[in-house]
Amino acid sequence: MAEVLVLIDRTEDGAVRHTSLELLTLARALGEPVALWLGELGDGAKATLAEYGASAIVRPVPDVELAEFIALPHAECVVAALEDAKSRTGAPAALLLSSSFEHKEVAARVAVATGSGVVVDVSSIVPDAEGRLVAEQSAFTGSFTVRSVVVSGTPIFAVKPNSVVAEAADAATSPELVNIPVAITASAQTTRVTSRTVQPSSGRPELADASSVVVTGRGVGSDLGVVEDLADVLSAAVGSTRVVVDEGWIDHATQVGQTGVTISPKLYIGAGVSGAIHHRSGMQASQTIVAINIDPEAPIFEIADYGIVGDAATVLPQLTARLRELKA
Amino acid sequence: MKIVVCVKFVPDLQSDRGFTEALTVARTSDDGVLNELDENALEFAVSLIEDQGSGDDEVIALTMGPDDAEAAVRKALQMGADRAVHVCDDAIAGSDVFGTARVLAAAIQRIGAEGAPVDLVLTGMAALDSLTSLLPTALAASLGWPQATLAIELAVDGNTVTAKRSLDGAEEIMTTTLPAVCSVTDQINEPRYPNFKAIMAAKKKSVEVLGLADLGIDPGTVGTSASWTQVVEAVATPPRAQGILVTDDGSAGANLADYLVENHLA
Repeated sequence: MAEVLVLIDRTEDGAVRHTSLELLTLARALGEPVALWLGELGDGAKATLAEYGASAIVRPVPDVELAEFIALPHAECVVAALEDAKSRTGAPAALLLSSSFEHKEVAARVAVATGSGVVVDVSSIVPDAEGRLVAEQSAFTGSFTVRSVVVSGTPIFAVKPNSVVAEAADAATSPELVNIPVAITASAQTTRVTSRTVQPSSGRPELADASSVVVTGRGVGSDLGVVEDLADVLSAAVGSTRVVVDEGWIDHATQVGQTGVTISPKLYIGAGVSGAIHHRSGMQASQTIVAINIDPEAPIFEIADYGIVGDAATVLPQLTARLRELKA
Repeated sequence: MKIVVCVKFVPDLQSDRGFTEALTVARTSDDGVLNELDENALEFAVSLIEDQGSGDDEVIALTMGPDDAEAAVRKALQMGADRAVHVCDDAIAGSDVFGTARVLAAAIQRIGAEGAPVDLVLTGMAALDSLTSLLPTALAASLGWPQATLAIELAVDGNTVTAKRSLDGAEEIMTTTLPAVCSVTDQINEPRYPNFKAIMAAKKKSVEVLGLADLGIDPGTVGTSASWTQVVEAVATPPRAQGILVTDDGSAGANLADYLVENHLA
């Protein structure tokens, strides 16, 4: 079986991001999953990769500190890993990475360097009768489903979070560790990161890959207590709309929509969200959409599985209290 | 300073968007517009020259697309670009992002070969039709230039560019050297509305139309047939099934909680 390389995304403290577990699960269905790891690899992460069936962990070892750069040295590491895979086991069937801005930049550089096609925001990958991998994505705010194949180089697929249910392999593997020394070119080092400040964690799941998200809209106003209480009981991430960010009621990092974060959680709850197209294109792939809005004409009701015409200020506390009761 | 701003002609978000029989995005002059996110790149370029110009400066709007795409560069000229270059050639239709990047790179090289070299290429953070955000990086790679992407703040000082971006809970400050490709987000500024005078002045500005031959590009290397990806099908997604819609009678919150628990969503 051909190898499927998965560029693993890690958390700030070096653990495997949940989205990467989804990718390993997907890779197992398509071929032999090989984890591609950049940077320091701890025992915890190694065990997680084994649990999710990685047959090998390929670690490009660059001669620079990757954290001081964006995209280019990372891409050179991935290109080296692709070449190494070719020399060991033949052309990989695909390279999977997550649909984050950082990974998409790496994907674009790898694509140009290797003449490989890229499909982004992929929601599923299925082999067709000829064995080609067909990637599905949605277009134009979910109004179209587009299926594509890569016809040049190594197929590169940037997969959306929550597209696959992450499942551990039947039995943990003992992945072979492959270190590949990589000499990073001078031109890849022109852009330097001079400072990096990690915002303190809210203690909630990451918005981009959370399985539940509560989004606060204009209708909730500046007091987000009712939204945060609901997010706490659901272990959900808190998102927002552009208006709420522009009003300064919440940080821009929480903005869901086409210029913010794209989400596809299992449960989306929009409180006081009208559902402007800019917001919808960032959340329409959510599996179950719940909307609470005082305006019965709000466009979000067109895509809601469960809509409540009502005031979020009274509906949310009742919802939270009843959930606490049911979960107690 | 010579700045090229790449702009894209996209279907209006509010229009009925779709695909052609050849499975490319349908683009017509009726409902096509300048990609809204490119306005931030234009605004940055024009105000940079207004604030820091040396008198020998130029902002050039560059687009690639069908005849109708002139509408996008026209808007760019109204916003203050000095002139425009429109790469228009039947063979380009259906190019993927990497074919597009090669064509734009060749046009930027041509613009730089005439008179002063190009110092800076600016783009928006995404095009609102495809939303891949791959182009800025692909273009930088095609040019062999460094990149500073998704800037929420950007400063140019001599030969050095400093950009700030905020991604995934971390704020990064990066520096790079000109010439470079920079993309900016919609957080960086508030694009201006062209006034009557600017709209009239734009009518006198030049739009140079170039074909692939002018750029020395073999038509066989771009377009649908040379694309590294191939769309197999594009089908209209069935509308979501009509959901439950209730008006709060004082118990809607509690009922929703029951629904979420019954459906294993909470």
